[in-house]
Amino acid sequence: MVSRQERQAVTERRREAMAVLAMASGSDLLQLWNETGLPDDAETLRGPETGLVTVRGRMGGGGASFNIGEATVTRATIKLPTGEVGHAYALGREKLKVRVAALIDALHQRPDLEARIEEKILAPLRTRLSETDAVRRAETAATKVDFFTMVRGED
Amino acid sequence: MYVAVKGGEAAIQNAHRLLADRRRGDRNMPAITLAQIASQLSLAVDRVMSEGSLYDTGLAALAVKQARGDMIEAIFLLRAYRTTLPRFGYTRPIDTAAMLVERRLSATYKDLPGGQLLGPTFDYTHRLLDPDLAEGAEPAAPETRSEAEEAMPRVSDILANEGLIEEDGALPENREPGDITREPPEFPMERDQRLQALSRGDEGFLLALGYSTQRGYGRNHPFAGEIRIGEVDVEIDVPELDFPLTLGRIRVTECQMVNQFKGSKKVPPQFTRGYGLVFGQSERKAMAMSLCDRALRAGELDEDITAPAQDEEFVISHCDNVQATGFVEHLKLPHYVDFQAELGLVRQMRREYEERREGADTERREAAE
Repeated sequence: MVSRQERQAVTERRREAMAVLAMASGSDLLQLWNETGLPDDAETLRGPETGLVTVRGRMGGGGASFNIGEATVTRATIKLPTGEVGHAYALGREKLKVRVAALIDALHQRPDLEARIEEKILAPLRTRLSETDAVRRAETAATKVDFFTMVRGED
Repeated sequence: MYVAVKGGEAAIQNAHRLLADRRRGDRNMPAITLAQIASQLSLAVDRVMSEGSLYDTGLAALAVKQARGDMIEAIFLLRAYRTTLPRFGYTRPIDTAAMLVERRLSATYKDLPGGQLLGPTFDYTHRLLDPDLAEGAEPAAPETRSEAEEAMPRVSDILANEGLIEEDGALPENREPGDITREPPEFPMERDQRLQALSRGDEGFLLALGYSTQRGYGRNHPFAGEIRIGEVDVEIDVPELDFPLTLGRIRVTECQMVNQFKGSKKVPPQFTRGYGLVFGQSERKAMAMSLCDRALRAGELDEDITAPAQDEEFVISHCDNVQATGFVEHLKLPHYVDFQAELGLVRQMRREYEERREGADTERREAAE
């Protein structure tokens, strides 16, 4: 019997992994995938297909929601010969990236492969993403205004 | 009456072939690539995404190239493409407080948490044409500064604590946000539908209207409470999974305009707000949008509606540049039959006019004799 907490932890790990796969650049993802040498013997259940999502914002930043506009999204669903079903959604139109992301999502669910996927694909992708963000933050931080006050006169 | 006229097929084909050639430009020069457009003309690409109402840098770059740099034509192309794709659903609302900020400033608070971050701005440049750029000089790499990550709350959340500023803007609890791409707009509109229309509205039109409020046509005493540009996560709930999926990140520009308000019978004096949120990096558009959003709230705030910027039907019906260009530009399509009919009518009126004048002349002559 799996406890609720464990189930939640599994879901959270999967959610985070899928987010990393969606955010990753297509070339990074495909390169790491090819390096693992894992087979692509999955059956395609859906896609990869490109469509739209309508992006929502909130008035005033935190109020009632409204539609801003659409964004392209590509999605795919695959099924491994062992039965696991993998899904992937990502902004953009990179079909190969999304199919591979769905494969990785499915393989990541297999206890015998989870650690390998984590080590060979997810961890390096996470590192690249956080490095890119760190550079962006540091470049922006250099444009921060440091105010100083000029004091004139005696009082 | 409509009469079908055929012809011009060869002329049209050759015109399009000529267009393709002129678009290519001097063939001794390399053709510009989409990657070059997306990275070096990125603000043009952003405008096309914002007003084309489709976030996809590659497609927007293609539209800019195909339109030879004609922004409204590019926007039109993107809008047309949009209609060919199936819709998978609506995202969760993006959280701009959690933005990876690339630029952020407030004209109302000097020392706000997270600070003032200028980012890649044209502000404070001298607007002098740069000969070095003309010669293709490579710029220096950006300066960096390592700093502990600091939360950057929206300035409206800081001000709200004192109760001197209105809240973010609520609509009835279980209201599904209106979608002007699904239901034809009806007036009066709710604010959510207006914001959708403004977010894809023409930058020039909204800029002019925003400017008109500053010049006194529906004045609302604005302050740029906060402008922020950066990337936000986009999340969606899908039926096949029981958790929200992250789709990736998009760049948006948000403007919180803070406006003076003397209060009404029901509401004490306080600051009111206008909101702007657009795809890509475009603070001019986001600022103009927030000015227009605030002006269009005149009715809700019991203000007199006296100026064009406050007239919802006028602003919303004319802010879409694809609709506007369609109707203005259709005038150049053949109207031969319409015009023939009008010509016949004017000839007849002219005949009648001459006859009346001759009649009057004869009468006058007879009276004089």
